[in-house]
Amino acid sequence: MTALATQLINLFAAVLLLLSFALLAQRRVLSLIQLFTLQGLTLVMSTAVMAYFTAQPHLYYSALLTFVLKVVLMPWLLHRLIVRLNVRWDIETLINIPTTMLLGIVLVIFSFNLALPISQLSVSVARGTLGIALACVLLSFLMMITRTKAIPQVIGFLAMENALFFAATSATYGMPMVVELGIALDVLVGMIILGVFMFQIREQFDSLDIRHLEKLKEE
Amino acid sequence: MEALLFVLGIPLVGGAVLGLVGHHDRAPELNVAFSGATFVAAAVLTAQIIADGPILVLHQQFFVDPLNVFLVALTAFVAFTTAIFARPYMRIERDHGKMTPPRMRLFHSMYQMFSFTMLLALLTNNMGLLWVAMEAATLTTVLLVAVYRTPASLEAAWKYFILCGVGIAQALFGTILLYLAAERVIGAEGGGLLWTHLDTVKTSLEPTVMSLAFVFLLVGYGTKVGLAPLHNWLPDAHAEGPTPISAVLSGLLLNVALYAILRCKILTDGALGTRFAGDLMIGFGLLSVVLAAFFLSRQRDVKRMFAYSSIEHMGLITFAFGMGGQIASFAGLLHMTVHSLIKSAIFFAVGHATQKAGTQVMDDIRGLIRVSPTVAWGLMLGSLAILGMPPFGVFASEFLIITTAMREQPWATPFLLLALGVAFASVFSRVQPMVFGDTTLKPLPHPPALLPVFVHLALGLMLGLYIPPYLDAWYREAARMIGG
Repeated sequence: MTALATQLINLFAAVLLLLSFALLAQRRVLSLIQLFTLQGLTLVMSTAVMAYFTAQPHLYYSALLTFVLKVVLMPWLLHRLIVRLNVRWDIETLINIPTTMLLGIVLVIFSFNLALPISQLSVSVARGTLGIALACVLLSFLMMITRTKAIPQVIGFLAMENALFFAATSATYGMPMVVELGIALDVLVGMIILGVFMFQIREQFDSLDIRHLEKLKEE
Repeated sequence: MEALLFVLGIPLVGGAVLGLVGHHDRAPELNVAFSGATFVAAAVLTAQIIADGPILVLHQQFFVDPLNVFLVALTAFVAFTTAIFARPYMRIERDHGKMTPPRMRLFHSMYQMFSFTMLLALLTNNMGLLWVAMEAATLTTVLLVAVYRTPASLEAAWKYFILCGVGIAQALFGTILLYLAAERVIGAEGGGLLWTHLDTVKTSLEPTVMSLAFVFLLVGYGTKVGLAPLHNWLPDAHAEGPTPISAVLSGLLLNVALYAILRCKILTDGALGTRFAGDLMIGFGLLSVVLAAFFLSRQRDVKRMFAYSSIEHMGLITFAFGMGGQIASFAGLLHMTVHSLIKSAIFFAVGHATQKAGTQVMDDIRGLIRVSPTVAWGLMLGSLAILGMPPFGVFASEFLIITTAMREQPWATPFLLLALGVAFASVFSRVQPMVFGDTTLKPLPHPPALLPVFVHLALGLMLGLYIPPYLDAWYREAARMIGG
């Protein structure tokens, strides 16, 4: 039974990692949102599987919370945002996709090495996945650094939140409920504020290119 | 118990009420009233703690001990005086056309919510809630940094949001690792994130997990403290936001983020039994002090300059806590207190000075003493105090830190002295012509609120000359907790 659980969790972890790489390489804004939704869905499934096999009822709640927030609400907000901002069909020019990918692989190796001693200590069925979770965090981080448009950057930010959530459910049996609710609230409010922000940025600069936001430098 | 509920409840209710009526003409007074009430509640709470000792309430989710009680009092006090300062300041901004009624509402509501998140972060016993509160603090202030909607302010706010968001995500990973370590000892049901529980079992926490967790926590919360090299958001956010926000960011947020690091350090020290955590803090602290001192000399914007000065002082405090031991920790706590009082006083004075001049560029602000001697003296005395001139409190704490450094980390002392010297030369040479010299400035339409400036400076002076016995006892007790 636990062998099956471990296999399933490992499968979801691998899917998450794959999706992180896909996010890193995707150029179209609309596809990015779809990938992000898929990532959320994978997260929900892995949390539900964890809940079933470990008999931790509060994990069902957190799976439900993730579903509502990251599969329904966030993608919907992002869709509304790109329609209202009229950047639905935007394509970002990323010149160095191969280099980014190679860097991503280095990050994955680094995280696996970092997480190795800790994975051996974890009591959870899904202990092998901590390295993957850390890799996903760092890949989202890389995505935020390499993007020049505001919306992909925000998606990178949200993907990082997803990866952290995965770390919490896979390495431990999920954070206490009150903390999870708090984190969910923060992410949601943050998303709304970012949405407001993008309108303000566009109003001011006529574009969502954050290269405009590089004036404040030390002379 | 009741006092604690009031401390948290008043700003929360205040945020909601001002969210509805914050654009009214009398809203600034209401804002002062809410902050004042919070301060009274915090004072009562403090008095109770002094009389009865630490408390642990509400399913152990909240607790007050010597380490956080003085920060609660300080936070509530600075929030109160800043609200007094903001009353005329924001009216003048409105008269200048920079603030519209919806923006005033946003400002007042978010000001109260920010106080709430700060107090929640201090009072919670749950390391997870501490994280939530720190993130919420960013969220409440990010729209305030961009409130003027200028290109520069939008850029500053975006940077603030993204950088602190990424930083705080690292802290969340650290918190998860902390929970992982705790779960093995306490079990899944035992409240593995409650600090008091963690503190009792800290010696049996897994050392490898804890050391990795501390690295993530230090980087994460360190971003909010403004430690180099993660400090980039800080000068922008301070310079482009409204001055009351600069004052509370410097005076409160940085302190509370550092408090989070201290809590984690106590656990890590217990688990590892080595100087690992302290050495990391020494490294980050010293780098911040030196880097900030050299950036200080290159600033043209007065608020940016004092923002770099905040980075410098935060670095110095981190360095002190990194050294550890009774005296250095005592000095660190004292420095946190006086820095927060004096830096906010400076921002109050700078706020009125820039309003008079209509610019933040230091070369264009001249001869404040002719138009408004009180603002000028506030700025001058504040600058001298923050630069560590005796008899102000900063001198006492810096003296303690440097003498301890000479004994414990002699190699670091020349860097510290050099950085403090450079900071002195650059700040003093900028402030002096701003205060004296010829002037073209005009008086302000509303009388400036200078009471907070001088109250803060007087307190800073008092702490340099005489520390009341109960405050001394707190500091010693808290220093014992941190220094181990």
